[in-house]
Amino acid sequence: MSDRAKTLEGAPAPSADEAVPDAPASASDLALIARLRARDSKAFSDLLDRYHGPLLRLALVFVPSRAVAEEVVQETWVGVLDGLDRFEGRSTLKTWIFRILTNRAKTRGVRENRTVPFSAFSDQDGEHEAAVEAARFKPNGMWGVPPRRWEDDTPEKLLMTAQAVQHLEHAIAALPPNQRAVVTLRDIEGLDSHEVCNVLEITETNQRVLLHRARSKLRAMLEEYVERK
Amino acid sequence: MLTCQQLTELVTEYLEGRMSFWRRTQFQMHLGMCKHCRAYIRQMKTTVATLGQLPQEPVPPDLKDELLKRFARMGPPEQK
Ligand SMILES: [Zn+2]
Repeated sequence: MSDRAKTLEGAPAPSADEAVPDAPASASDLALIARLRARDSKAFSDLLDRYHGPLLRLALVFVPSRAVAEEVVQETWVGVLDGLDRFEGRSTLKTWIFRILTNRAKTRGVRENRTVPFSAFSDQDGEHEAAVEAARFKPNGMWGVPPRRWEDDTPEKLLMTAQAVQHLEHAIAALPPNQRAVVTLRDIEGLDSHEVCNVLEITETNQRVLLHRARSKLRAMLEEYVERK
Repeated sequence: MLTCQQLTELVTEYLEGRMSFWRRTQFQMHLGMCKHCRAYIRQMKTTVATLGQLPQEPVPPDLKDELLKRFARMGPPEQK
């Protein structure tokens, strides 16, 4: 990877279909790393609070059960501690931590006989899935059954009940694993597209297609939920 | 002229800022004229914002204690 990154330096921007080189760690990442190397326990405690939930979410994409996912997250934290003093800042801290998780989770997924076919990304991209069912359009491609403005269209209002949260969580869990991984990192954990490509080792185009399919399905689910209420 | 159906397939490209100037212009012209597609985009943005607000699970206290102890036992980094 680092060799590859070097050859890309100064070269024209990679085309959308090439692997995405790592973005280096930010100044705040490096400051945090310095505190961790000084063994500042508050810094580590904050890191645990910030990333534990997100790591568990991502682990659940790769392994079959919650118990295994929890173990994978624990192993990830141990891996973070082991690697801390060797982290060179060639990627962002987030990318580095999530990548430790995906490596462990994939190994574990294989062992547990649940192989998420991340290597066969193209088969599952949903290239031919429609964002909105064709039946909602007229033959000329204009809306026949148009979407309506949602009355309560803030996240706070949409997620007000435990039932609504559960509904959305189920819809996310039902996505194909690669779509689920991308939307989890991008929209739930707030990584940028570059970081998502680095963590999952996919191309920009792939990332965008997967994100599009996932978001389209989740919008459709929320629409159904809002209208049923 | 883009159809509404085409627009629903281009939304992510648009929101990701990955469109050519010409495509973007076509897209925005359609949005300017079509309130249904404006409603669609708004739903899409609300969906994304809602995903960002999903509750996260806290670290189990036992695990947190154990990891903090482990951290406390670590010696200073090796000097290179
Ligand atoms: Zn339209």
